Amino acid sequence: MTEAKTYSFFLGCVMPNRFPNVEKSIREVLPKIGIELDELEGASCCPAPGVIRSFDEPTWLALASRNLALAEKAGNDLITGCNGCYGTFKEALAELKEHPDRLKEVKSYFHGLGIPFKAEVDAKHIIEVIHEIGPEEIKKQVVRPLKGLKVAVHYGCHLLKPSNNRPWEKTQRHTFLDELVDITGAESIPYRDKFMCCGAGGGVRGSNVPVSVDIAKEKLDNMIEAGVDAIVNVCSFCHLQFEVSQAQLNKELGEQRYKIPVFYYTQLLGLAMGMDPETLGLHKHVVSTQSLLDRLLT
Amino acid sequence: MNDSISRETIENESIDPDFVERIVEAGADRIRTCIQCGTCSSVCPSGRRTAFRTRELMRKALLGLKEEVLSSPDLWLCATCLTCLERCPRQIKVTDAIVIMRNMAVKEGFMLPQHRKVSKKLLQTGHAVPLDEANQEMRKELEIPEIPPTVHAHEDALDDVKEIMKRTGFDKLIQEEEGGEKE
Ligand code: SF4
Ligand code: SF4
Repeated sequence: MTEAKTYSFFLGCVMPNRFPNVEKSIREVLPKIGIELDELEGASCCPAPGVIRSFDEPTWLALASRNLALAEKAGNDLITGCNGCYGTFKEALAELKEHPDRLKEVKSYFHGLGIPFKAEVDAKHIIEVIHEIGPEEIKKQVVRPLKGLKVAVHYGCHLLKPSNNRPWEKTQRHTFLDELVDITGAESIPYRDKFMCCGAGGGVRGSNVPVSVDIAKEKLDNMIEAGVDAIVNVCSFCHLQFEVSQAQLNKELGEQRYKIPVFYYTQLLGLAMGMDPETLGLHKHVVSTQSLLDRLLT
Repeated sequence: MNDSISRETIENESIDPDFVERIVEAGADRIRTCIQCGTCSSVCPSGRRTAFRTRELMRKALLGLKEEVLSSPDLWLCATCLTCLERCPRQIKVTDAIVIMRNMAVKEGFMLPQHRKVSKKLLQTGHAVPLDEANQEMRKELEIPEIPPTVHAHEDALDDVKEIMKRTGFDKLIQEEEGGEKE
């Protein structure tokens, strides 16, 4: 394994405050594959691109810049496990680089607060850094291949788009996450409208729950039709959407139709690396992972 | 022709000729080249289950129907999934245009009550989704820092965040109108 690289770990809101079990899995797995995490002390909301950016773009840019400035000061690139936060930082950096007057504007808001900022820092997604290490390298750590596990891979929107400000291959049919799932021994199963949105973003979950959950339902139905055992995602907000919407839908239906366990990628990888499910927070899921784990680990 | 069919007429007073210009200036620079092909509507996950039509919104914006566009709750049905922006044959930054119009709507006082609530949480705690007791307990059980090392653990950092939101005018923007919600 090549030398460890250190990143400032940006937590955001949903991960530390609603899904600490996902955060736990990231803290456990990343150092084992050569990614060191430095705490980003005093970080705030990214702020959320769908809500705060929609309300007041200058406030969004200023607070995003402050979070970036904290990492810049620490001398690290920032790393995040949320597609929304990733989108915020990528779009904020692009805006600051394309329009130097916006950087000036941001600095005027920082005046006297002791926040130096040159916008030279970079922001990365956890899965981007894992992908950079490469599937072959990661595969060497797999000691417990998850044979027979059929997975619905969900990329999410802001991880991939806008494509002109993302590091991936220019295609509408990405495969990098499927490859990273395959090396765990699990099988990524094709399903209808795989690249469709989870329905949580844009302030829709926040203001119109029925529409938001109905979008998630469409995806969930397509996954059920494909016969998957689990969902794998790389975004704390998509994770929330699939976890919480299934419980909501079951309540509305009065039956347990929706019970697909939802894994964050590092939980799946950690399991394949032989780690204990509790260490990965898998006992703290909304949709129980127990029967799947029983099947997989015995 | 004299008939009894009542027509839907767009009155001149409803048209604000500067509306598009302001959207263009804010960054959706190609919006005028829209050919109303409907690609945006056809890929929209929200449009699949609601009456929200992205193409129609673009047309109304181009016509300058400012009041109608900004006051409509439909403006808030976009999940910002960026699919339309990727697929538009005219390379219009459709999602950006929607976000720009949302900013305008909020300035005019059109904000959904739930969105105002989220904003207030950000103003008070520095997080749109702050920590609650149950999750603090879970953090403890999981043996990760019980209070995350964010603004939640650093009061001075929270003060900075609040000061920045004061300087950008976000606190004033979010304050409710006299006599409750305008929405
Ligand atoms: S896809 Fe583009 S050109 Fe076609 S209607 Fe939508 S905005 Fe207009
Ligand atoms: S970005 Fe908004 S309008 Fe465009 S396709 Fe997605 S949800 Fe629909």
